[in-house]
Amino acid sequence: MTPKLIIIGAGMAAGRALEHLFEAAPDAYEITLFNAEPRGTYNRIMLSPVLSGDKTFDEIVTHTAEWYEENGINTRFGEKVVGIDRAAQTVTSDSGDVLPYDKLIIATGSTPFIIPLPGHDLDGVIAYRDLEDTNAMISLGEIPDAKAVVIGGGLLGLEAAAGLALRGVDVTVVHIMGHLMERQLDEAAGYLLRKTLVDKGITVKCSANSKEILGEDSKVKALLLDDGTELPCDLLVMAVGIRPSVALAAEAGLATGRGIHVDDQMVTSDANILSLGECVEHNGDVFGLVAPIFDQAKVIAKTLVGGDAAFVNKDVATKLKVTGCDLFSAGDFAEGEGREDIVYRDPARGVYKRLVIEENRIVGAVMYGDTADGNWFFGLIKDREDISKMRDTLIFGPAFQGGSPLDPMAAVAALPADAEICGCNGVCKGQIEDAIGNGATTLEDIKVTTKASASCGTCTGLVEQVLAVTLGDDFVVPAAKSVCGCTDLTHEDVRRLIKSKELKSQPEVWQELSWSTPNGCHVCRPAINYYLLADWPLEYQDDAQSRFVNERNHANIQKDGTYSVVPRMWGGITTSSELRAIANAADKFDVPTVKVTGGQRIDLLGVKKEDLPAIWFDLNQAGLVSGHAYSKGLRTVKTCVGSDHCRFGTQDSTGLGVKLEKHLWGSWTPHKLKLGVSGCPRNCAEATCKDIGVVCVDSGYEISVAGAAGMEVKETELLCKVATEEEAIEVISAMTQIYRENAKYLDRIFKWVAKVGLDWVKEQVVDDLENRKALAERFEVSQSVYRTDPWAEHASGKAETYQPVANLSLEAAE
Amino acid sequence: MNWIDICSVTDIPLRGARFVKTAVGCVAVFRTDNNEVFATSDRCPHKGGPLSEGIVHGKAVTCPLHNWVFSLETGKAQGADVGQIATFATQIIEDRVLLDTSELTTGVAAE
Repeated sequence: MTPKLIIIGAGMAAGRALEHLFEAAPDAYEITLFNAEPRGTYNRIMLSPVLSGDKTFDEIVTHTAEWYEENGINTRFGEKVVGIDRAAQTVTSDSGDVLPYDKLIIATGSTPFIIPLPGHDLDGVIAYRDLEDTNAMISLGEIPDAKAVVIGGGLLGLEAAAGLALRGVDVTVVHIMGHLMERQLDEAAGYLLRKTLVDKGITVKCSANSKEILGEDSKVKALLLDDGTELPCDLLVMAVGIRPSVALAAEAGLATGRGIHVDDQMVTSDANILSLGECVEHNGDVFGLVAPIFDQAKVIAKTLVGGDAAFVNKDVATKLKVTGCDLFSAGDFAEGEGREDIVYRDPARGVYKRLVIEENRIVGAVMYGDTADGNWFFGLIKDREDISKMRDTLIFGPAFQGGSPLDPMAAVAALPADAEICGCNGVCKGQIEDAIGNGATTLEDIKVTTKASASCGTCTGLVEQVLAVTLGDDFVVPAAKSVCGCTDLTHEDVRRLIKSKELKSQPEVWQELSWSTPNGCHVCRPAINYYLLADWPLEYQDDAQSRFVNERNHANIQKDGTYSVVPRMWGGITTSSELRAIANAADKFDVPTVKVTGGQRIDLLGVKKEDLPAIWFDLNQAGLVSGHAYSKGLRTVKTCVGSDHCRFGTQDSTGLGVKLEKHLWGSWTPHKLKLGVSGCPRNCAEATCKDIGVVCVDSGYEISVAGAAGMEVKETELLCKVATEEEAIEVISAMTQIYRENAKYLDRIFKWVAKVGLDWVKEQVVDDLENRKALAERFEVSQSVYRTDPWAEHASGKAETYQPVANLSLEAAE
Repeated sequence: MNWIDICSVTDIPLRGARFVKTAVGCVAVFRTDNNEVFATSDRCPHKGGPLSEGIVHGKAVTCPLHNWVFSLETGKAQGADVGQIATFATQIIEDRVLLDTSELTTGVAAE
């Protein structure tokens, strides 16, 4: 005969245990399932979304009537077990039925703690535990001007309050402690949380002692506090904690403490009675989180079929969220010896972050206001990762990791007051310090008062360091910088959203990403324009009006408003006829200065705007095209003479340079892109301080990336070595494309690689051949649009836009 | 008022600008997102940058040389910068842009 299994309680623990039991042995038992609630298993954690209206109850049911029927379970929902007779091996239900069992599982879960205040048994005093409670709160929302009081400012109480407020109920939270969620948050974060709730229209009373619940006609009317305050309410929710439900087990004479005692096999002090979930106590621990309870469900199923399993209580981190609040909390916050805190605050933005560190590992994290990095910290907690190497920048999140450790602060502190910080605007350290003395506390303040870092922005880090050195702890580097004042999103967010939401025009970006300005500003417009044309080369139409003047006019503006014109010399190679054409153009257009550039070509400086189309036309006639000396795009490929002429040259570096330049020219990139190809390791083309450099060796080509030779100087790092020119071109195309697709606007390759890590780039471009090919193909798709000479196009089709739209000086003179 | 027809609205790029030569220097003519047209001096009071080459956003333009931002309505520098550019009245009649040149020709008339 099939043995009989009775389960008391159909909560999440019992539901999961049944699933495991059926997996192991579907027909091992004849099962009867009792549940005091008149329904089967649902996901209790999701009651808050039901309360707030984000989900319906049906959506959170995990086990349907059909499921119980298919698995042959006798369900007795809405029927409560009132007694267990261990000697007779029977249970008695509140209907008077007596059922025999061979095995019994007690899964009675927990009971909300009701403070025994006078009046706690009035109508309208509820807990927040099950669907009935939830429905009581939902129906209160349908009564106009309804009022509710929630006792308890912990997670559950605040979920109830937030949900009630969303339902239009006038809610007051009464909390006995000095600040909300005192177990997860310190006072400052509790304050921020309180502010958010108050903004949602919720009244919050902390340090408030409840004295009595007042009623009328046995219905709740108000809550009376110690200090005499009376808080009128139609519903009173007590959410002050839960206790394991042990009464039934204790009455049956089972060993209990805080919970029902179980061993590693989930067996109670009676060999035929098992237990799991929030009602048990195992090695002194009780449980409130689903992860360990689901582990127990696995073990109990094994035990029931005679298998061998033991429950081990793993330390688990949890994360939580309060409806409508940007709050993240994970892990453990208890203060203890050897525990240290890292705290970050930005009161103006309402941001608070706290990490609890123990033995170089994060054991707890709380964030308020900016929780973007929450999951990253959660991962570090779970993986118990050693954070000692990144401790200094840990709180700023993953975006700030991966760079080489250094201490720039000491160097900045040592600078004299007349040291220039911002080269563009000629601002020295003393001026910034004066501005700080006059009340500036943020980078933005410094920008508006001194202009420092308001132009090219390369000194932003320095300015922040001056702020940090001068203000000390009062200054914190912002964790994630938004693109500009038009949005709170970072460049990385915007790039991701453009791809994922398939935003293909600027107005779409402004609308879908909630830009705060009607059409952006001079900071975001060029960035968004670039992102769109890089991501949708065939669909998006480049917007000249979102281009900085140089890129719009295909020439570099000079301080007097004239322009410089630099024709391309492929790989630095030119001819006598090209030089003659350049000389003729210089004469014809009165070019005051002719200069040889660092990129191996010739710069004609001082050309008037009106003359640009004409000089381009003349240069085009000699076969010269735009050198893009003005663009965030491919600039030059510098070469040495290579094996054709040089006695040391190992390969045709000039030839490869020309091929690369012809392949890459016209492409737009996040910032300028300069290449070099050297014919031997003597490196005459200085390839190892370029964005991408090639050094030829006897056996092939060493491709390295992420060099710099500007405000910062940095040697390139080896990407890979290839044997043939074709491979070199493919790798470099793929490298260019992955940079185009992923980097933040105005990050040179070296800055971007420092963020994502060279290893990642290698995986994508070197190791994964298929991906390399795909990247190179996508580059080619984009080049099918952009590998053209803008000079020719402008000289023929747009020449008149370079002229005044009207000339009134002539009219006036007449 | 001395209205002179200078161009059609579409001669000015959307969220862009063109310039007009006058006897007293260049005038920048802007077209905003909403197809409003504004005219100001083309010269930034800071270092003389050509404002008609700036990025036009909302009812403002950013100087291409050092990112000063000017209101196209008032001519006032925005943010912490202190400066003022001359503004000139415009009107649009049947897609034609008319510029009030009374202040642009006074210099010449006085001669």
